Amino acid sequence: MSGALGKDLLGLEHLSGDQIRLILDTAEPFKEVSERAIKKVPALRGKTIVNLFFEASTRTRISFEFAEKRLSADTVNVAASGSSVVKGETLVDTARNLEAMRIDMVVMRHGSSGAAKFLADRIVSSVINAGDGKHEHPTQGLLDLLTIRDHRPIAGTKVCIVGDVLHSRVARSNIWGLLKLGAEVAVCGPASLLPLGIEALGVQVFRRVEEAIAWADVINVLRLQLERMQTGYIPSVREYYRVFGVTMERLERAPRDLLIMHPGPMNRGVEIDSRVADGPHSVILNQVTNGVAVRMAVLYLLAGGKPELAEAAKGASDR
Amino acid sequence: MPPSERQLLLDERAFARTLHRMALDILRQTPDPVPLVLVGIQRRGVELAVRLAALLAKETGAEVPRGALDITLYRDDLEVVGPRPLVGPTHLPVDLDGRVAWIVDDVLFTGRTVRAALDELADFGRPARIGLAVLVDRGGRELPVQADVVGERVPTSPGDKVEVFVKELDGRDAVEVVRGGGRP
Repeated sequence: MSGALGKDLLGLEHLSGDQIRLILDTAEPFKEVSERAIKKVPALRGKTIVNLFFEASTRTRISFEFAEKRLSADTVNVAASGSSVVKGETLVDTARNLEAMRIDMVVMRHGSSGAAKFLADRIVSSVINAGDGKHEHPTQGLLDLLTIRDHRPIAGTKVCIVGDVLHSRVARSNIWGLLKLGAEVAVCGPASLLPLGIEALGVQVFRRVEEAIAWADVINVLRLQLERMQTGYIPSVREYYRVFGVTMERLERAPRDLLIMHPGPMNRGVEIDSRVADGPHSVILNQVTNGVAVRMAVLYLLAGGKPELAEAAKGASDR
Repeated sequence: MPPSERQLLLDERAFARTLHRMALDILRQTPDPVPLVLVGIQRRGVELAVRLAALLAKETGAEVPRGALDITLYRDDLEVVGPRPLVGPTHLPVDLDGRVAWIVDDVLFTGRTVRAALDELADFGRPARIGLAVLVDRGGRELPVQADVVGERVPTSPGDKVEVFVKELDGRDAVEVVRGGGRP
């Protein structure tokens, strides 16, 4: 184990509230680095990071890549299509081969829940989960927390996650992170898209989006994965929008100003009204900006060196 | 280990006198029409830069811009000590190009902080000249770095600690030396 977070970041479920706060606090000064004319600091100079994406991703991959480059790490992108994965190589063999080239970290997106832990248990390098199946997407959870915290204290804030909670790793990471920092959490969506027994986590369930909007301070709108329609989870996209869409008309009846979040990519007119997405309460682009800062913080905290040397080094002053 | 021994190096009056002398020294070493900027190193260098800027403004009648620099991300020992969890804010209020930038820190010891600060400043601009002003020079350099303006010199052993207190953060102005407090 190295540093305050350990070797890997696999999810928020097993982090403490203090560890999550440490990441958010560390992200604050990294926001400023991205505002500089020269958006680069040498903190991770000489570190090699592989971005291993077995699923399509634009935002997350680019966000990680910016974070890595702004910390001066050397990065390599591996997309599953066009790699030896299509030739039948297993995940572990792929990773071991990368590790044989002396890398320091792997950022991985994978379609199977638990893939990040599977990998982390088998290689020496740090693993950062960039989304594994329906399990977790911890850096998305962290950037959502940071974005809420930019506007209000998280403890006591009422956050409702609206949409396809069942298939959403973003929802899971958000729920763990929010509960650990003392927020009140609810979910809202068609019964077919809510996990059974989710109340056991301490999460409230709303069947009607109007009730959720009346209750919440923050609405986090999830993307409706359109492929769900074919598999019969919802009758039609149009009906979904009519019943669960976060629309301007619904928000106008809210008793207080809401913060509107969306992890992207958005389906305008499916889960969210365009006027809401571009409206005054939307912090969707702030989320994207915060994503780079939070990922810089995670990379920086995981890159920590050899704790056994740290004690000796503390004797020598910093000056 | 022998009990550590605490010595007062500067009390409040000596602290004020020293800062005033440093401000005059900075002026003397900055040719007149060239604009100044003071850059304090997080943490206590930032407070000292605020004080020096006020003293300089009183002497010259002109506002002196000042900024803050956190050099954590430019350290050369991340590998050894692990990441510092909290990095303080860095902000430089003016364009550095063509100015005389004075790095202000509380204690000069190994010189590694200054090395990091020089690297970081270079990423923000190209000052006409960079000077270094420190409240205390305690010796023990590990790099070829010297200050242009020194408030007080005190020879120390590696195990000693030099503690600087400022009103804004600690409620009082003082510099104390703790002999043998740390490791040899």
